[in-house]
Amino acid sequence: MGDLVAVEDLHVTFDTPAGEVAAVRGIDLTVATGECVAIVGESGSGKSVTARTLVGLAGRDARIEASRLELAGTDVREHRPRDWRRVRGRIAALVLQDALVSLDPLRTVGAEIAEVLASHDIVRRRERAGRVGHLLDLVRVPEPQRRARQYPHQLSGGLRQRALIASALAGEPALLIADEPTTALDVTVQAQILALLAERLAAGLSLLLISHDLAVVAQVADRVLVMRDGRVVEQGPTDRLLRAPEHPYTRQLLDAVPSASSRGRRLSTTTTSARVELPTRTETRPTDTVLEAVGLTKRYGAHTVVRDVGFRIGQGETLGLVGESGSGKSTVARIVAGLLHPDAGTVTFERTPWTGIPERARRTLRRQLQVISQDPLSSFDPRWTVRQVIAENLDSGIARTDRTDHVVELLHRVGLDRNLLHRHPRALSGGQRQRVAIARAIAPRPSLIVCDEPVSALDVSVQAQVLDLLADLRAADGTALLFISHDLGVVHHLADRVLVMADGEVVEQGPVGDVFTYPRHDYTRALLAALPALVTAGRP
Amino acid sequence: MGRVQLRAVLRRVAAGVVVLWVAATAAYLAVLAAPGDTVDTLIGDGADTPQIRAAIIAEWGLDRPALLQYLDYLWRLAHGDLGRSYLLQRPVAEVIGEQLAPTLILSLAAATLGVLLALIIAAVTAGDRRPWLRRLSSGTELLLVSTPPFLIGLVLLSVLSFRLGLFPVAGDAGPRALVLPAVTLALPIAGLLAQVLRDGVDRALDEPFVLTARARGLREGVVLARHALRHALLPAVTLAGWLFGTLLGGAVIIEQVFGRPGLGQVTLTAVTGKDMPVVLAVVTLSAAVYVVVNTAADLVSLLVDPRLRRS
Repeated sequence: MGDLVAVEDLHVTFDTPAGEVAAVRGIDLTVATGECVAIVGESGSGKSVTARTLVGLAGRDARIEASRLELAGTDVREHRPRDWRRVRGRIAALVLQDALVSLDPLRTVGAEIAEVLASHDIVRRRERAGRVGHLLDLVRVPEPQRRARQYPHQLSGGLRQRALIASALAGEPALLIADEPTTALDVTVQAQILALLAERLAAGLSLLLISHDLAVVAQVADRVLVMRDGRVVEQGPTDRLLRAPEHPYTRQLLDAVPSASSRGRRLSTTTTSARVELPTRTETRPTDTVLEAVGLTKRYGAHTVVRDVGFRIGQGETLGLVGESGSGKSTVARIVAGLLHPDAGTVTFERTPWTGIPERARRTLRRQLQVISQDPLSSFDPRWTVRQVIAENLDSGIARTDRTDHVVELLHRVGLDRNLLHRHPRALSGGQRQRVAIARAIAPRPSLIVCDEPVSALDVSVQAQVLDLLADLRAADGTALLFISHDLGVVHHLADRVLVMADGEVVEQGPVGDVFTYPRHDYTRALLAALPALVTAGRP
Repeated sequence: MGRVQLRAVLRRVAAGVVVLWVAATAAYLAVLAAPGDTVDTLIGDGADTPQIRAAIIAEWGLDRPALLQYLDYLWRLAHGDLGRSYLLQRPVAEVIGEQLAPTLILSLAAATLGVLLALIIAAVTAGDRRPWLRRLSSGTELLLVSTPPFLIGLVLLSVLSFRLGLFPVAGDAGPRALVLPAVTLALPIAGLLAQVLRDGVDRALDEPFVLTARARGLREGVVLARHALRHALLPAVTLAGWLFGTLLGGAVIIEQVFGRPGLGQVTLTAVTGKDMPVVLAVVTLSAAVYVVVNTAADLVSLLVDPRLRRS
């Protein structure tokens, strides 16, 4: 019966007020029945536009040209809206990133699934509830009848994503297009969702997987296409592509993935940060303690979110803090940052009590402890310019006339140019924003920076640049880092010691090599086992 | 869940009682501070002798301390007794009860019409399907919102009644007489609500769940009604609560323009004639309507958005 998807020389162009933007520039794509094809690329590579074009949802101002564009043997180039409605959900279904926003928050998940059944007239009205339960059961949602009556916000991230997949499977489509289906999820949940997709694949479903993460698609994909700037730069069987990448960009993407084997080397080849020689950090023996936490406990009502957590961070040391959503790691970060009072336990910062004191007493030391958050956009005043954002954190002793020079110097240190001075945060790219956040954090020359998931919202190559930058600054200034991440690879790459948290407790801590190589606790083992590993031969 | 919601409802009712008390007290103080003598009002055109004055003061209890009179007023208000009109010498509840129906009908008609118009305008002009209609509509809405209602009323009257003779100029004869005043009151409501609704629909249409809904093969109309419009309702309901609360005041003016019976006539006579009990009753009634409508708006919000229902 041939290929389910057959695309030749596809071009997608958007008419914008600023002129024409070519998002996809001539790609070929085929997906055979029962095959899993992955498109990998970074933001703006055209991978999502390609996926949406296949269900006729590229957008109103998109112009689509192709010498061949067939779904299940039908030419869809001249499809009118009503023709597309017969395709969507029935021939090709779409699953997006975060089910919290991809399922209508005002409707129960059961209603969302039943909507597909109703619009394509798949089962009779009185059989719909039964079918919804069956579909939820198919994607391994426990207690399907009860869950069907719940709203997205009442479900965990994993269950939500399963429900979203169930709604996509409801129309019994031949092809499932999954656009970053696991990006918002914890590693263990991600592994479960990938297993679920593999299970559907084995049952005969075809999959088109869109991701920025090579490691994720390597788990399930038969073939991989690497996209950049609207073109396919390389494609081939997954094994071959990972073991022997031919295109430099594919190699660059693989090199940019932080992991145990990337410790001590630069991740990015196109680094723009101020060059500082990176010492190979094998064993640092920190002598002075910057911060010490003892017996931290935090309760919300009857629920204890952090229980008896203790650790110390030495001068210039990087302590990694890993755990899944709800493990309490962000609560610990906020206590350390002095933004939240613990119910029990103490924090000592720079040999001074840091908890249980009024904010006024903390103020003198505040500048010594800086915070970098996951989403810098929400931590910047949107009406301020880059200059204002950074200058606010400069020492008040610096003369007014010298402040701009200091800001420019800081921008230079994080690899940015002075022409960004008067830009607003919204007009910056994700990587530039995070660099500005770092410039703001290092402005008062702090002894400790609390980094809360600083790279999880970034593309892999931008993430590589930001991680390199943090490593450079740490080496140059001797700043200690409390580095919080759900990504074990990132922590393994950067941290000296690591703290593993689960359900509010520290289950394991020690030097990063020991913990990740010889994990003693079951939870650490589970985390490591769930980590999608890149099988790449002959790489350092 | 039921227990938590019951507590929330009780808290709303208590807050409503406080609002009513503040409104009644503020109105009482305002009337007290206004110039003129109550006894003069009560005598009206009748004979003015010291004996009659003393009798009136004794009958109405005007010689008691101000605080006592105030507490007495509150006490009677709490029991639903609005007092007697100074000018008409009849119970206030009776006077207002007679005139309440026409005003209430006008307000309800205007509110319904305004909401329907706003929903239609928002559904037709939201998104980027008809850019020219959208521009025309938002310009018209701005004009309607910024024009005083009585002016809209006068324009409608002069064109549709005087020139074309489609509707009666004044009076309360049948449903045809209701059309123009109701439209006059509804237009600014429709304009404001349509803007808020369209903004909400636009925002919802950009959400991933709308993309997901479209990817299910739904018709655009279903996507709009079931997924986008419902999200737009949340801010609109809050705004509508406030708009309906002010409707009573608007109706009082429009009734004068169209020469309709109703609370407008009663209020005007009471204010010019210093008929304190009637003025107080009208103010308290407006506050009560406001509280009821806004409590209803909050409950509607709970129905629309399950995330507001904390379990």
